[in-house]
Amino acid sequence: MAMKTLLPGRGPAGRDRAERRLAARMTAPSLILMAVVAAVPIGYAIWLSLNQYSIREAGLSRFVGLGNYLDALASSDWWAAFGQTFLFAAVSVSLEMALGTAMALLLNLAFRGRALLRTVVLLPYAIVTVVSAITWRTMFEPRLGLLPQILDTLHLPGAGVVWLGEQGYAMAVIILSDVWKTTPFAALIILAGLQVISKETYEAAELDGANKWQTFAHITLPLLRPAIVLAAIFRTLDALRVFDLPFVLTRGANGTQSMSMLAYTQLTENRQIGPGSALSILTFLTVMAVSAVYIRFGGGNIRDIAKEDH
Amino acid sequence: MSTITAPKTTRTLQGQAKPRRRRPRREHTLHPAVWLFVVAVMGFSLVPFYWLINTSLKKGSALGQGELFPSQPTLENYISVFRNGDFLLALRNSVIIAVVTTLVALVFASFAAYALARLKMRRKALILTLILSVTTFPAIAIAAPLFSIWRQIGLYDTLPGLIIPKLTFALPLAIYTLTSFFRDIPRELEESAYMDGASPFTAFRKIILPLAVPGLATTAILVFISVWNEFLLAVTLTSSPAARPVPVAIAFFNGTSEFDQPLGTISAASVIITIPLVILVLVCQKRIVSGMTAGAVKG
Repeated sequence: MAMKTLLPGRGPAGRDRAERRLAARMTAPSLILMAVVAAVPIGYAIWLSLNQYSIREAGLSRFVGLGNYLDALASSDWWAAFGQTFLFAAVSVSLEMALGTAMALLLNLAFRGRALLRTVVLLPYAIVTVVSAITWRTMFEPRLGLLPQILDTLHLPGAGVVWLGEQGYAMAVIILSDVWKTTPFAALIILAGLQVISKETYEAAELDGANKWQTFAHITLPLLRPAIVLAAIFRTLDALRVFDLPFVLTRGANGTQSMSMLAYTQLTENRQIGPGSALSILTFLTVMAVSAVYIRFGGGNIRDIAKEDH
Repeated sequence: MSTITAPKTTRTLQGQAKPRRRRPRREHTLHPAVWLFVVAVMGFSLVPFYWLINTSLKKGSALGQGELFPSQPTLENYISVFRNGDFLLALRNSVIIAVVTTLVALVFASFAAYALARLKMRRKALILTLILSVTTFPAIAIAAPLFSIWRQIGLYDTLPGLIIPKLTFALPLAIYTLTSFFRDIPRELEESAYMDGASPFTAFRKIILPLAVPGLATTAILVFISVWNEFLLAVTLTSSPAARPVPVAIAFFNGTSEFDQPLGTISAASVIITIPLVILVLVCQKRIVSGMTAGAVKG
C-alpha cells in the first residue's frame, strides 16, 4: 500500500473506458428497477386506456382507440378536477413561497430563540400528510373545532359554517393543511439561498444609504430568486399530484376534486379501468408538461451537476 | 460554484475572513412587530398539534363540548388504539416497509450516486434528468396499472407489492441527495488512493463510503420519512389490514359508522404515529435540514 506506483498497466484511454464501464454497472441496478417499475406500468396503463373493459365479465374487453381520452376531455369532471388542482397548486404554492420567504428571513436573523424557532417550524414537515389532514379536520370540526370557536367568539363570519361541506371553504381547509405542512420545506431552501448572499453586498448597500426596504427589494429578493424558483418548482410538481388531502378531508367533493383523486375514484370505486387509466395518463401528461417547462427554464442545477465533471 | 449545500453554507459562513466580529454572539433585539411575527409563526406551527392532543385526551361527552383544555383528561383513546389489532398490524407493516425500502434504496442509490458524482460517464445529463423526472411522476399513473398487474401475479395486498413501487420513488430521492453529498467530499483523498494503485471501485468502498456516513444517514432519514408518509400507492395496492401501512389504516378509521364518534381515537392514533417523527426532527434536525437543502441552487 505504501509504495506509490504510477497508473497501473493500461494507458489513460483504457482507464477512461474502464471507468465508464464501472459507471454504467453502478447505475444499472437503479435504472433497471426504475424502468421496470415505472416505465412498464405506464406503458401498460396506456394500453389499458385504449380499451373498454366489461364490468360484468372479467377479461372481456374491446379496443376503443382514443375513445376514453375523447370522453374524458369532453367531460366536465375532468376539467373540474383539472381546474381545481391548478387552483389548489397556484394558491398554496404562492402562500408557501410568501410565508416561506418571511420565515427564512426570520431564521436568518441572529436573535435569542432562533434555534427554538427553527425546530418548531420544522415539526409540521415531518408529519404524515394524512395526519396533517386529520389535524386540520379537528381544527375545523363544526362547532367543536378551535377555529369555529374563535370565529364565534370574535363574531366573525364562518363560525356556523360546516367548512368541509361547502364550496370554497373546503378548498380553504385543504390549502391551509398543505401550507402548514410544506412551508418549512420552502423556508429551508430559501434560507440556504439567503445564507450565501455575502455580507459585503449588504455593507455596500448600507454605505450607499439604502434603507431596509430598498435593501430587501433591490438586493435580497433578486439574489434569492433562484432559491425561491427552485422551491416553487418542487412544490408545484408536488401540489399538482395532490391526493392524500382531498382523500381524507372531502373525497373530492365540494369543489376539491384533484386529477389523481378523480382517476383513483374511476379506477377503484367505479371499476372503470379503461376510462380510469385514460384519466391517470392525462394526469401524468399534465404533470410532465409542467415539469418539462420547469426543467427547460429552471433546471440549471441538473445541467450543472452533469457538466462539472468534464 | 453554482451548487451549494446547507452544511457547506454554514461552514463557509463561519469560516469566513471576519467571523469573530460578525457571526457569533451578536444577537439582535427584534422590533416588537417582528417578535409578533415570530410568535405568530410559532403559534401557526404548534397550535394544530396542541388541538390534536387536546382532542385525543377527551372521551364521550367531553368530545362534544369542544373545550380548550380537557377538563377530565383520559388516556382511554390511546388504550383503545393499542387494543386495536389492525392498528398494531399497520404499525408493523409500516416499520417493515419503511426500513426495507430505505436500506435497499440506500445500497442501490449509493452506487448510482457515486458514478454520477465522480466517474466519467456517457449521457450523464440525460440520466440525471430521467432520474429526477421520476420524482415528478404522479403515483396514480403507476398505481393504476400495478393494481392490475399485481393482482395477476399475486403481489396485490402484500408487503413486497408495496415495497417494490415505493422503491421506485425512494431511489431518485436517495440518488439526488447522495450525489450532492458525494460531490462535497474533497477529491484529493481519492486521488492519493489512485496513486496507490486503487481502482475507482476500491476508492468508493474504502474512501468515499466511510466519509459519506453523515450523508448516508441524512439520506436514510429523508427516504424513511417520505416512505412512511406515502399514501396513494399504499391505498391503491392494499385491501386488507394484513398489508395496510399506518397512513391508510388511519384514513380508514373514520369509516366505521356515521353515529360513532371516532374523533378521539383517530386523534390518539395520529398522535401516536407522529411522536416518532417529532423525536426524529428533534434529534436529527441538522441532518434533515442539510438533506432537504442538498443541491439547492445558488446562481
